[in-house]
Amino acid sequence: MALLTETPARTPSSAAGGWSNPSVRYAIKRTGAALSTFIFVLIFNFFLFRILPGDPVALYTRGRNVDPESIRALEAKLHRPIGQQFLEYVKNPFTGNGPSVKYNASVWEVIAPALWPTLLLVGTATLIATIVGVWLGIRSGWSRGERFDVVSTNTTLVLYSMPEFWFGMIMLIVFAVGIGPIPGMFPTGGLSDPGVNTSTPAGWLNVAWHLFLPVTTLAVIYLAEYSLIMRASIIEERGQDYVQTARAKGLMDKMVRREHAVPNALLPTMTLVFLNLGFVVGGAITIEYVYSIHGLGSLTVDALQGPDVPLLQALFLLFSGAVIFANLVADLLYGYFDPRVRT
Amino acid sequence: MALLEFDDVSVTYRSRGADIPAVRGVTLSVNAGESLGLAGESGCGKTTLTSTVLRMQPKSAKVTGEIRLNGDNILDMTWGQVRALRWAEASIVFQGAMHALNPVQKIGDQLSEPILLHSKVSKKDADRRVGELLEMVGLPARRAEAYPHQLSGGQKQRVMIAMALACGPQLIIADEPTTALDVMVQAQVLNVLQGLVKELNVGMVFISHDLSVLSSTCDRIAVMYAGKIIEQGPAADVFDHPQHPYAGALAGAFPRIGDTRYRYSPSGLPGDPPFPGDLPSGCTFHPRCPVAVDRCSTTEPHLVKHASHETACLLVGSEIA
Amino acid sequence: MTMTQPAIDDPNAASLGARDVVKARRKASRQRFAASFRQNRSGMLGLTMLLTFIAVAIAAFFIPASSLDVTQVTADPFLPPSLQWPLGTDDSGRSVLLLVAKGAQISLLVGFAATMLSMFIGTSVGIVSGHYRGMTGGVLDRFTDWFLVIPYLPLAIVLATVLGRSLLNIIIVIGVTSWPGTARLIRAQTMSVTARPYLERSKALGAGNLHQMWKHVLPNVMPLVLANTTLAVSISILSETTLSFLGLGDPTAISWGSILEQGFSAGAISQGAWWYLAAPGICVVLTVLAFNLIGRAFEDILDPRQETA
Repeated sequence: MALLTETPARTPSSAAGGWSNPSVRYAIKRTGAALSTFIFVLIFNFFLFRILPGDPVALYTRGRNVDPESIRALEAKLHRPIGQQFLEYVKNPFTGNGPSVKYNASVWEVIAPALWPTLLLVGTATLIATIVGVWLGIRSGWSRGERFDVVSTNTTLVLYSMPEFWFGMIMLIVFAVGIGPIPGMFPTGGLSDPGVNTSTPAGWLNVAWHLFLPVTTLAVIYLAEYSLIMRASIIEERGQDYVQTARAKGLMDKMVRREHAVPNALLPTMTLVFLNLGFVVGGAITIEYVYSIHGLGSLTVDALQGPDVPLLQALFLLFSGAVIFANLVADLLYGYFDPRVRT
Repeated sequence: MALLEFDDVSVTYRSRGADIPAVRGVTLSVNAGESLGLAGESGCGKTTLTSTVLRMQPKSAKVTGEIRLNGDNILDMTWGQVRALRWAEASIVFQGAMHALNPVQKIGDQLSEPILLHSKVSKKDADRRVGELLEMVGLPARRAEAYPHQLSGGQKQRVMIAMALACGPQLIIADEPTTALDVMVQAQVLNVLQGLVKELNVGMVFISHDLSVLSSTCDRIAVMYAGKIIEQGPAADVFDHPQHPYAGALAGAFPRIGDTRYRYSPSGLPGDPPFPGDLPSGCTFHPRCPVAVDRCSTTEPHLVKHASHETACLLVGSEIA
Repeated sequence: MTMTQPAIDDPNAASLGARDVVKARRKASRQRFAASFRQNRSGMLGLTMLLTFIAVAIAAFFIPASSLDVTQVTADPFLPPSLQWPLGTDDSGRSVLLLVAKGAQISLLVGFAATMLSMFIGTSVGIVSGHYRGMTGGVLDRFTDWFLVIPYLPLAIVLATVLGRSLLNIIIVIGVTSWPGTARLIRAQTMSVTARPYLERSKALGAGNLHQMWKHVLPNVMPLVLANTTLAVSISILSETTLSFLGLGDPTAISWGSILEQGFSAGAISQGAWWYLAAPGICVVLTVLAFNLIGRAFEDILDPRQETA
């Protein structure tokens, strides 16, 4: 029984395929943006060390004794036309700057073994921080103003104000060295005890024991930020009209939160979390330094003390590239999950 | 027994240590198959009053009096009972459908949600019912696959109406359902609502600040001002022969073409509606009333029957100054 | 026909009246703002903590140089806290309490200075890119986005390495790496301000772009700038602490970060000298927390969300 005649309506455009599909267009646009950012980083990275006044050779050899022959070779290399140097750089950003000054090996050889420890550390910490932080944010935001919220928000505010490496050091003193009656229970650094075969389950356990403190440190600091972001998001959604509609339909509070508020709140949270990935990288660098874990972060701190310019440049490129890529993934995921973008 | 009865209902907010009376002693009733128009400017308490039917008023609000749906006092019910009756016995078509729909959920899922919640039907049956509901409001069944942002304002409003019907409630509260729509769509939506009342024997409370719309759509009209009913009666009577000066001004604000009465009487009122926390003494309308006398600032008038309807004005009925 | 209309002919009369009105209005809103802030408990707590640290930093000017000179101190290294040394001693025997007090100066100074720089760049870029919608705005916006994506610490490390270790350089490094966040925010705010009608009226009256941006956009964007600045200071202080800890700060300056670096390198952890590391760290946490609380108080006042049931 129709009480009304139909008026012409917009057809959902996701029915169309190919280039006119807004989903595809969005993906292409975001990928293009990511590429352009990466190119910018490449150029920036290259010119940064060469636009400064003074002798670039001095920069490469600052504070070190290098034999005259190497200096001559370096000079020859660095005094070639900039254009030529740039082309060489672009061909292979990781070797175009020459070998690592400190390790006397190609930059890539130095970086490759450091990849896995960093991934393990940062990956685990981020995973834990995301799960706990999002849950905490939802719980406290939904019950805004109540005891749970007040306690958790104030705690996360304090955690958010902490330098992560300081927190790591305190953890080390308390749990690894032990103060007063508390004995040191955890190792003071490294990824595993020397001589332990890390490909056996026993080895994994050893690694896990070593990683416990650094992962906890990072996870606690990261989750403070994630929880604050999620909380703000949920509070925003809680006041929206569609939440009122859901309540009026007779849904229980928990269902209203789970089925309506949370899916909407997760979208901007996801964006903000990925936007702050630089924060994650920074944490990795300082924590690896404090805990003597031989990952990319430790390498960076080593490199800056030379300074080992080729290594530093390569690491900068790697970090930036990783964050740019992660942001692209986040954008694409967002495009997939938000129907307003998808259709 | 009436379908819905408000019995001396008052709603008071508590804000920063002060009590703010949003609704003051309202008594109203609606029968099945009847539509009641609730008129008044923004802030007069219409939405607050009707939100109590589903117990949707803010937590800080205190409600006194009785609100009876089919004879049961809603204020006495447990939360479980309230949630059970929400949507199944009474539903609301919200003001501003623009944002009343979940942007990341399909229309069909939002429509079937209350059906699956309140009755034990299978998903397939629920989907079929969703298709029927959409067709009832003039939308093709396949629109169930669409997301809210793909619909126009008028279509979204119609979806809200379909949603309100989903569980076959006995009472529907339509809160300014046509305010944000253009005139042509407004006419269509009003037709739908009128049809519902007649064909489904639904009781309807239609909230609007547009008296002319109410007069052509509803059986009876009640006009609210500062939390109180100041006039109520048969729709045409209240609109054509308003007794209370406020109702007169409200009616005059939406003139009909060829209405000579409008041409010769002043339209528009000075000032703004009073803030509920700071109400004038006596008759709350007296500061803006074009025909107020001294007594109006000291004595609060009550609803008194006069001719075909009731009015709360000292100058009307048996309380002529 | 001659008619004297002195009031209308005098160009100063009318504009004086308008300017007075604006001044009075702005003063009233400032007073309202201050009153609201006083009522915000956590904001006031933050302000109290901040003022305490500023007082400590000022008092630190009275510390005799000999107390902080490694060649002149006489106490044993790594002494735990006691009445004589309330926060213990460092690896050279210097009082950690005095070190921390002195460190407040640099930490706060760099925090403020770097923020000024970052806010200046960020606000200018934000307003300009939000105001000029076309090519200029688009390019600036792209530029901001690029910078925003680059991870902060690697960039700061690279810049600090290239520029060398000095106080000025650290201020520059932090200022130059933190402006994009501000620029983004200010740009969004500018665009919403620009959409308001009074700007169109001002344009119709013949106001040039610069005039518009300075006289209209900036005052309206200011409240947000203020809230953002306090949060930016907390980030700057954390940044300085981190960079100093990694050895990129001024080698001659004492800041909380450099104390931490000193302690870490001297093996305070294995020595169990927790006071050496706890004291400067807690100062950082409290100062950063103070700014965060103040910043959040500003945000609450400027953009209050009503509590809904």
